[in-house]
Amino acid sequence: MDNKKVLVAMSGGVDSSAAVKLLQSKGYECAGATMRLYSNEDIGLDKTKSCCSLDDTTDAKLAALKLGVEHYVFNFSDEFREFVIDHFISSYLDGKTPNPCIECNKHLKFGKFLQRARLLGFEYIATGHYVIKEYDEARGRWLLKRSPDAKKDQSYVLYNMTQDELAHTLFPCGELTKERIREVALQNGLVNANKPDSQDICFIPDGDYAGFIEDNAGAQPKGDTILTDGTKLGEHSGLIHYTVGQRRGVGVSYSEPLFVISKDVQKNTLILGTKDKLYSDSLTAKNCNFIMLDELKEPYRCKAQTRYHQTAADCTISPLSDGRVLCEFDEPHRAVSRGQAVVFYDGDYVVGGGEIE
Amino acid sequence: MDKKFVYADNAATTKPSPKAIDAMLPFLYEEYGNPSSVYSLGMRAAKAILKARENVAAAIGARPQEIYFTSGGSEADNQALRSAALSGEKKGKRHIVTTAFEHHAVLRTCEYLQRRGFDVTYVKPDSRGLISPCDIEAALRDDTCLVSVMYANNEIGTIQPIEEIAGICKARGVLFHTDAVQAVGHIDIDVKKQGIDMLSLSGHKIFAPKGVGVLYAKSGTDISPLIFGGSQERGKRAGTENVAAIAALGAVIGDAVSGVSERTQRVRAMRDRLIDGILSSIPDTRLNGDRERRLDGNVNIAIDGIEGESLLLMLDMAGICASSGSACESASLDPSHVLKSIGLDEKRAKGSLRLTINELNSDEDIDYILEKLPEIVSRLRALR
Repeated sequence: MDNKKVLVAMSGGVDSSAAVKLLQSKGYECAGATMRLYSNEDIGLDKTKSCCSLDDTTDAKLAALKLGVEHYVFNFSDEFREFVIDHFISSYLDGKTPNPCIECNKHLKFGKFLQRARLLGFEYIATGHYVIKEYDEARGRWLLKRSPDAKKDQSYVLYNMTQDELAHTLFPCGELTKERIREVALQNGLVNANKPDSQDICFIPDGDYAGFIEDNAGAQPKGDTILTDGTKLGEHSGLIHYTVGQRRGVGVSYSEPLFVISKDVQKNTLILGTKDKLYSDSLTAKNCNFIMLDELKEPYRCKAQTRYHQTAADCTISPLSDGRVLCEFDEPHRAVSRGQAVVFYDGDYVVGGGEIE
Repeated sequence: MDKKFVYADNAATTKPSPKAIDAMLPFLYEEYGNPSSVYSLGMRAAKAILKARENVAAAIGARPQEIYFTSGGSEADNQALRSAALSGEKKGKRHIVTTAFEHHAVLRTCEYLQRRGFDVTYVKPDSRGLISPCDIEAALRDDTCLVSVMYANNEIGTIQPIEEIAGICKARGVLFHTDAVQAVGHIDIDVKKQGIDMLSLSGHKIFAPKGVGVLYAKSGTDISPLIFGGSQERGKRAGTENVAAIAALGAVIGDAVSGVSERTQRVRAMRDRLIDGILSSIPDTRLNGDRERRLDGNVNIAIDGIEGESLLLMLDMAGICASSGSACESASLDPSHVLKSIGLDEKRAKGSLRLTINELNSDEDIDYILEKLPEIVSRLRALR
C-alpha cells in the first residue's frame, strides 16, 4: 500500500490550514509543521515586543488542534539567515533586485523542510501554494502548471523545483480559487479563515527594504544621478533606495518623465532615462532549472515572465554555456531587473527559469 | 531490540511519584477548603501546608518560618533577586554578581534590573563549566547587594563550589542566593551549614507536580512580594495556596533528600556507562562540562555534524525523550547560552544532546540508548 503520510507546511494562514482539510478528505494521513525562520531581534524589532514569528506558530498550533493533527515546530533560523536574509542583503548591495521567496522555497521549504519530513517518515510534504502538479506520462516528468486563480498563481516562485522535490510535494490548494479555500476554512471553523494574506517580504514587515538593509549593512553612500547619455542630473541618496523601472521619487526634474534604467554599483551611479530606454530585446539568465525538460538543448518558443505579477511575453530561449540561457523577446520587454527571476511558460506550464544576469 | 519508551529528560521534569499523587488527591476531592478559612475544612488544608512547610524546612536544614511556597523555581528566583535588589537599593547598593550560565529566570530578572539602573556582573564559568570562587570574590564591590550562583547547572550538570562562595559572601557581608532547582535530591544541602541566605527549589524536579516551588530565605532577610493581595505566606506571596501541590511536595521531599549518596551512586554508574558508550561508539563527540563535579544523572554531549533539533525528533521516533539545551530553551531560536558560556561555538552548541537520567531508569534503558543513538547520528551525518 502507498505511504500516504503527508507533512503539511503550516504557516498559520488560511491556505495551509485548508490544505490539511483537503488532504484529509482525500485519505491522506496528515501532520503539520511550522518553520520558525527568524526572531524579532533578527529583523531589528525590539525583543520585548510580542514576537510575530511566535504568534504565527500559535495560529498554526490552534489550526492543527482543530484539525486533529500532530504539529511540529522546526527551527530553521540559521538557514533562513544564511540563504535568504544574507542573500537578500548582499544582492541588494550588488545592485540587484532579489526575490527572497524564491530562495526560501528552494533552500527552506523544498530543502530543509522536505529533508526533515523524510527523516520523520513522511512520503510527502504539502504546501498551500496556488499551483498544480501533474505527471506527464509521455515525457515521464512531473510538471508544474499555473493555478486557475490567475491572481493567486504562485508558479513563478517555484521554478527551481527538481523532479524529486515535485514527486514528493502536494499542492492541495492548486486546483481551487482563493474564495473556495476561504470557504473550506470557514466551514471547518479554522480560526484564521479571515486572517489577511501575508504580504511582500515576511522579514521586513514594514516594507522598508532600504531601511532594513541600512540597519544591517550601514548607511549607503550618496552618488551621482546621470542620464543615459552621461549628463549629470543630480545626486542620489544611496543606490539601495531605487529599483529598476521606478519613476517616482528619483529626485530630479526633467522635460520628460524619467525612469530608473540601471544602477552602476562600481561607480555608485544611478542611471535614469526616458521610457523607451527601459525596454530590452533580450536577457540572459544563470542558475537555470528546467521542469518540463531535462535540459534545454535547442531554441525553444515560449513565454517569459520577469516579475511575479506580469503578463508573460512571447520569446525564444536558447542554451548558453554553464546552465545559462539566452531569452530573446519578440517585442521589447519593459524593466528587466538583474537578480529577479525569469520564468518560462509553455501555455500554463512552467518550462523552467533562472536568475536574470 | 524492540521499540521502548525511555524517559531521559529528568532535568526538564520528573514523573510524579505515586506518593505525590496520593498526597494530592484528598485536596482535589474532599479536602477542598481554603487554608485561610476558619472552619475545620479550611483548617485541615492549612495544616497540610504547615506539615509540608516543616518537611521542606527539614529537607534543607532550614526553619519552617524561612520557607515561602511559590509557583515554582522561576518565581522563587525572581523573588529572591528582586527582594535583594529592592533591599539593596534602600542602602544605595545597586550592584549584583551572578554568572553567565544561570537559568533564564535569573538572567532575565538581572536584565530587567539593569534596565532599572542596576549594575550586574556576569562571572564566566571556565571551559569545564565551573565557577571560580576567586572570580566571584574579585567581582564584589562595596555596593554589591547580592551574589546569585546556581548550585548545579541545568544543562551540563556541573556542581558549583557553593559553600566556598557562600563563605566569601558572608565574610564580605553580601547576601547570597543559590538556584538549587537541579541540585535538590542529588546533593546534600544544608543551608545553615553551607551559609546560604536564599535558595530556590522546584517541586516537579523531585517527583512532585508542576506548579509548586519554594523560596527559602534566612530569618531577617528583607523579602518583598512579587504578588500583592492577601496575607498568605506571611504577606510575601498573596493568592490562595496550591494546597494539593504543596502537600505533594511536602510528602516527597524527605525521600528526595535522604540516602542521596547511595542513590546517586547507582545513577552515576549508569551515567558513566552512557557517557563512555557514546564517546566510544560515536566518533567526533565530546562531553560538555566537567566529568567529576557533575550531577549524577547528567550527560551532555557535543556531537559534531548534526543538528540537535533533528536528533531530538529522531530520538522521539525511537521512543527516547531527550533534549538539546534545556526545555525552556527549545522555543528560543538561539543556541544554548550555557554551552556558549563554556566556549562552544554556535554549531557545536546546536549539535549538543542532553540526557538526564535518574533512579527510575534501568540498565536496559542505557543499552537501548546506546543502541539507537549511534544509528540515528550516522543517519543524520549522512545527510550532510
